[in-house]
Amino acid sequence: METCTLVSMSILLGVLVRWGVSFNSYSGAGKPPMFGDYEAQRHWQEVTYNLPIQEWYFNTTDNDLNYWGLDYPPLTAFHSLLCAHVAKLINPEWVKLLGSRGYESPAHKLFMRATVLAADLLVYIPAVVLYCCYLTNGSTNKKVGTLLCILLYPGLILIDYGHFQYNGLSLGLTLWGVLGLGLGWDALGSLAFSLALNYKQMELYHALPFFCYLLGKCARQGLTGRGLFSLVKIAVTVLVTFALCWLPFLSDPEQALQVLRRIFPVARGLFEDKVANAWCSLNVLIKIRSILSSDSQFYLSFAVTLLAITPSSLKLLKTPTFWQFKLALVNSSLAFFLFSYQVHEKSILLAALMLPLLLKDGLLMPYAVTSLAFLVLSTHLLSALERCTEAQLRLEGYRRLAAWLPAWLFLSQFYSSLVLMVGLSVASVALPPPAGLPDLFPVLVSTFSFLHFLGTFIYFNIVQLSTPQGKQKTL
Amino acid sequence: VAVMAAPVESSGWFPALAIAVSLLKCLFINAYHSTDFEVHRNWLAITHSLPISRWYYENTSEWTLDYPPLFAWFEYGLSQAAVHFDRGMLVVENLNYASPATILFQRLSVVFADLVFIYAVKECCTTVREEKAAKDLLRRPCFVLAVLLLWNFGLFIVDHIHFQYNGFLFGFLLLSVARHLQARHLEGALWFSIVLNLKHINLYVAPAYGIYLLRCFCFTQDNTDGSLRWRSFSPVRLVSLGAVVLSVTAASFGPFVAMGQLPQVLSRLFPFKRGLCHAYWAPNFWALYNVLDKALSMLGVRLGLLDVAGLPKASMTGGLVQEFQHAVLPSVSPPTALLCTLLAMLPALWCVWRRPCGGRGFLRCLVQCALASFMFSWHVHEKAVLLAVLPLSILAVESRRDAGIFLMLATTGHYSLFPLLFTPAEFPIKVLLMLLFTIYSFSALRNLFSGEGSLLHPLEALYLLGLVAVEVLCEVVFPLSPWQQTLPFVPLLVTSVYCALGVSYSFVRLYVSLLTQEVTEKTKRL
Repeated sequence: METCTLVSMSILLGVLVRWGVSFNSYSGAGKPPMFGDYEAQRHWQEVTYNLPIQEWYFNTTDNDLNYWGLDYPPLTAFHSLLCAHVAKLINPEWVKLLGSRGYESPAHKLFMRATVLAADLLVYIPAVVLYCCYLTNGSTNKKVGTLLCILLYPGLILIDYGHFQYNGLSLGLTLWGVLGLGLGWDALGSLAFSLALNYKQMELYHALPFFCYLLGKCARQGLTGRGLFSLVKIAVTVLVTFALCWLPFLSDPEQALQVLRRIFPVARGLFEDKVANAWCSLNVLIKIRSILSSDSQFYLSFAVTLLAITPSSLKLLKTPTFWQFKLALVNSSLAFFLFSYQVHEKSILLAALMLPLLLKDGLLMPYAVTSLAFLVLSTHLLSALERCTEAQLRLEGYRRLAAWLPAWLFLSQFYSSLVLMVGLSVASVALPPPAGLPDLFPVLVSTFSFLHFLGTFIYFNIVQLSTPQGKQKTL
Repeated sequence: VAVMAAPVESSGWFPALAIAVSLLKCLFINAYHSTDFEVHRNWLAITHSLPISRWYYENTSEWTLDYPPLFAWFEYGLSQAAVHFDRGMLVVENLNYASPATILFQRLSVVFADLVFIYAVKECCTTVREEKAAKDLLRRPCFVLAVLLLWNFGLFIVDHIHFQYNGFLFGFLLLSVARHLQARHLEGALWFSIVLNLKHINLYVAPAYGIYLLRCFCFTQDNTDGSLRWRSFSPVRLVSLGAVVLSVTAASFGPFVAMGQLPQVLSRLFPFKRGLCHAYWAPNFWALYNVLDKALSMLGVRLGLLDVAGLPKASMTGGLVQEFQHAVLPSVSPPTALLCTLLAMLPALWCVWRRPCGGRGFLRCLVQCALASFMFSWHVHEKAVLLAVLPLSILAVESRRDAGIFLMLATTGHYSLFPLLFTPAEFPIKVLLMLLFTIYSFSALRNLFSGEGSLLHPLEALYLLGLVAVEVLCEVVFPLSPWQQTLPFVPLLVTSVYCALGVSYSFVRLYVSLLTQEVTEKTKRL
């Protein structure tokens, strides 16, 4: 069958599954007074539409920062403004200042879901298609198989179309960045990634690989002459992008500082809730949160994260190939996830870890369906586990790791991890936790996942650091 | 579309397809469901809570039991499982009861009942003739057939969104077809009797079964020139056939006959009080007839030949049309419709009697009967087009001509199901799924017959592209136009008439292909 037929069918299936998941409940549905992420997004539309830009990030009578204050960079705010304009056209009740808090209706849900789909169709899906068509090797069937697997990845679908967020936008922009870099258009790639950074500060997880790769590549071309020219071009692109995004906030330094304070909340503590990273798991044995002061927690995580990403970044600086870049993306995002400050479980976009969150949102059925489908599909499409590690894992560094354990480990480990995951899922749903340990299942899930992530982190660091200098591994 | 990386797992693709589509069905549990959902909930309640003697008399709800008794037994069986989900749905007085547990149970019951369909599709795939074993899985006829049946658009949206049990029913029908293709006739007759007693719409294709079984099963041998050898009549076979059919019917109707309720059951099964057409006209001959009548009457009024006041004030649109009076053309009554249907079936039945051509001849006759009934019967639902489309899929993967007709009929028939899902949230589903199925069917069938010329005539392709225009007009342009208030029935009318053209055309083409095949057979013999 021709490529375009297979590709169009994959896209149709991907969009169909997304829309199917969107029928289910969203975060905070019917749960006053705070509701959830859905209400947060609606609230940002209300704030950005009705208030002047200078008040968006500040605490005023009309803008109570305790009720879902804006805590993403300006591009999110502009996106919300755009959606708000559309919402106003359809039904002004949806964005009425202070009067639309907790607004819930089937029509509004349809509108909000449609905005997520629109963002995906415009940004994420084209990026995935182009990536699979131009930056993966292999036969048509293999490319389409990869495309289908990426499009049907449950984590992203469940978070964006179930829980409700716009991760497709930021991840899509990052993917455009990777695409640009992979095709040799460094300036455009950096433009896309700068936009991604200005959309969600979480993309900082990927910032270091971009930086090291581009710096290393320019250094290769000679720091006097062509290399310098490329460096300046990239730097100017990045700076101009940032300036354009932050333009309204640059008039007053207090404005810019307030935005920074909102998007990097350093006063909140090492972690919140149950996250599958090092600190939360460590907390099970040693109660760090109570031993150390807030400031020292911050410095500790900063230091350890820096330590964790140093080997990978240095290697990338020395050998700036695309393959190294992809590995570094994985390592960097994993390092940040495992060791940095105030990490939310959404940062890993991992379905198994999402279990408590999804149960809270009433999303058990779509979780089961999409995860099962993904497993069935991927085991059929990707015959060799090794072949898929690169393409998949590069993508945002968050993966259902147990499925992609490296081939040199015993295959039985894959199946036993799988069995454990299914067991934990079933237990979390079906069994009540024992009286003395009310958080048993979330803790078990996050510790289990943490061990897998740590294992993957170590493995990929080994792979990246051991790749010989001259080896041109294309994928 | 499961792409196999290694041909080693050559049998793993079928479960993968089946599991994938079943999982997809589960995603739409919370989507819109029609009143058919309440219909089946009511039947669960009736069969569970009331004694058998009351089943066909109960009318607390307007959705009375109007399927044959075997289906009532099926609902009874389901209700035993329903007890564990939500007892509230089994109370007859709980009209429109739709708790989350109820919805989950009913939706899952459809998904599980589809297991019958999946098994039947597997059997049909084994009967497909492959000339040369293609190495690429995607190019094998059995794979294409499996996708065309398992992922059939019409079946998906009617069963899993609109809500019905057609997959379950078609499973039995396709199983009986598969058995006939495998020359296991008694078993085929058994499955057909079962499906006939589950939903009497299958009476549409009963003549095909009757004639074929009489011709090929009861007369055991043919003469050398292919004509019937009257001497080879086998009474044993006739009796065994009769025994199978009668025993199934007895198991189904027996209790009601014993209680003397047969007239009541029959009156529930065949409610001829309903009008010629449903509120949304099925795209059959009568839709064209109605439109012609309306056009002629408007023309007549314009030309002064007719008096406006004398015209019958029949409402073509809203609600359940009770009686339909035509203005210019003669009115149609149930016996007339029946006569037309039988006349339309006759040539196909005659062909299968004269020269059966084995199982495939039977299948062709079955499709013809189904389509003829769709075209001319009384109070046809647009969903009945699936009765022709699904069996035609089997023929489509084996013959180029049939593939072309299938593309025409399936695309048009599926499009005519669009008005069933009229809510805005379901709009993307029907469009996406339709595109998915249509792109696949065109592409796969074109690949199967790649060396033999194009499947569709350019005019046919143009007609099918016109469907896109109709869709845009009806669902995007019209609602935003000023006529939305004054002429709300126009989108349904346009859809119905446009699709009726396509369906009628397919009907004629099928007949032409059947009769020209007959002629070429004759000239070959001479």
